[in-house]
Amino acid sequence: MDLIRITNVKKTYKTGVTAIQNLNLTIAKGDFVFIIGSTGCGKSTLIKMLYREEKPTSGQIIVGGIDVGKLRNGKVYKIRRKIGVVFQDFKLLPKSTVYENVAFALEIFGLPKDEIHAKVLKVLELVGLKSKVKNYPSQLSGGEQQRVAIARAIVNGPKLLICDEPTGNLDPSTGMEIMEVLEEINKLGTTIIMVTHDINIVKKMNKRVIVLDSGRVLKDYEKGTYSNENI
Amino acid sequence: MKTFRIIGRNFRDAFKGVFRNFSLSFASISCITITLIVVAVSMVLSNNVDNFTKLVERDVTIVAFIDNDITNDQINEIKDKISTINNVENYEFRSKTEITKEMRDSSEVFDSIMRNWTDEENPIQNTFQVKVKDIEKIDNVAKQIEKIDGITLVKYGEGMVEQLISTFDFIHKICIGAVVALILVTAFLISNTIKITINSRQREIGIMRLIGASNLNIRIPFIIEGLLLGALGSIVPILATVYGYSALYKNFDGHLFSPFIKLIEPIPFVYTTSLILLAIGIAVGMFGSWRAVKKYLKI
Repeated sequence: MDLIRITNVKKTYKTGVTAIQNLNLTIAKGDFVFIIGSTGCGKSTLIKMLYREEKPTSGQIIVGGIDVGKLRNGKVYKIRRKIGVVFQDFKLLPKSTVYENVAFALEIFGLPKDEIHAKVLKVLELVGLKSKVKNYPSQLSGGEQQRVAIARAIVNGPKLLICDEPTGNLDPSTGMEIMEVLEEINKLGTTIIMVTHDINIVKKMNKRVIVLDSGRVLKDYEKGTYSNENI
Repeated sequence: MKTFRIIGRNFRDAFKGVFRNFSLSFASISCITITLIVVAVSMVLSNNVDNFTKLVERDVTIVAFIDNDITNDQINEIKDKISTINNVENYEFRSKTEITKEMRDSSEVFDSIMRNWTDEENPIQNTFQVKVKDIEKIDNVAKQIEKIDGITLVKYGEGMVEQLISTFDFIHKICIGAVVALILVTAFLISNTIKITINSRQREIGIMRLIGASNLNIRIPFIIEGLLLGALGSIVPILATVYGYSALYKNFDGHLFSPFIKLIEPIPFVYTTSLILLAIGIAVGMFGSWRAVKKYLKI
């Protein structure tokens, strides 16, 4: 069963730059997919279209049954509630504690306090940060901050987790720790799409790898078939 | 239940927002405070001028002097004629005996002079004292009374009264204009100050959108924050109004320059003014936030 279906998608920015051309792609539920490619190949544009930060110029993007390209600005929240997004720069609220940063994602839905408390603690335990609930982001290491961001992204139980270079700001061993967390989340059934430049991580993880070049799919490696010399 | 929880959280977040971004909140609060003080002064002035006008209007009376040679029947005829004139609110007959007695009671000098007057010698005339509904048309009523047979003279402080009333009216209009202009300026200023506050929290709004907050989810805490900023900003102007006006009233002994120009009694005037100030503060704070956050709700 496909979670994402991308059909004949083209994206041209107002500046005239075409970032994605005639892209066709399907991603199954529960998959773990790396998207790699050189700078400017269209990776970021592709994932921004998935969570409707950008709209495709033509073609269709279906995520979890929603035609993302047709969502009006006022309705974008509908898709965002089904997707978790993790960024290279964590995007945490600096003046809120770890607990508040994660609980924030549930409070907007009006869940009862007890339920929020239980969910937040459960997810912080999953990412290994249960002991730091009262800390502020500035009191955490980069790896810990990224864990908080992951916890916030998955606390709603999204079907899809999009990671935009989540290890980009971290040292290799911390980066691998984050990958372990993501692997764990994937095992629980969440589909993960991760954009990265870190070939070592891609090799170690042995997942499906999509290589983009000039806005097109250059190669699509099935799980376990990617090796370094291909790039 | 869910709605109450969301509202409760929005209030909590708004409080946090005010205190966690205190320097910018303080700028917004100061802006509201300063303009509301000016609004308060204009309101106090405008209401008092309005009050003066009403007092003057209430006191203005047309005095119609009646020929001393006419009979009681003729006086009754005059009375009937006055009662049919439009714009007459009420009238009162005051006999020369009554007026003489009043004058003698009021001063010893008058008493010593008038004591020995016989009825024939007494030059004081019987009068009708007439009050009008619309003070601006007083001269018209005076002219109609003047035409009635048996009336020798009509007086109502013409000229001076009209001038005083038109001056008060002018000041009143200026004050109202100033209040309206100030409210608009305040709304604009607050909107801009809050825009700076919100601008510094673009990241927060971006994250809210990212995790699936709808436009309403994002807007409501900021609007409540505007409400709080407005309410906090109106504290000093309210205190200034309550204590300042009461002190002013006490200091001037309840009237300005002459006992004729009475100030409005502080209670309940200061409380109603305070409520209005609070309402203005809250309204402009909320409007300012609503306008400022609108910009960040588009992708």
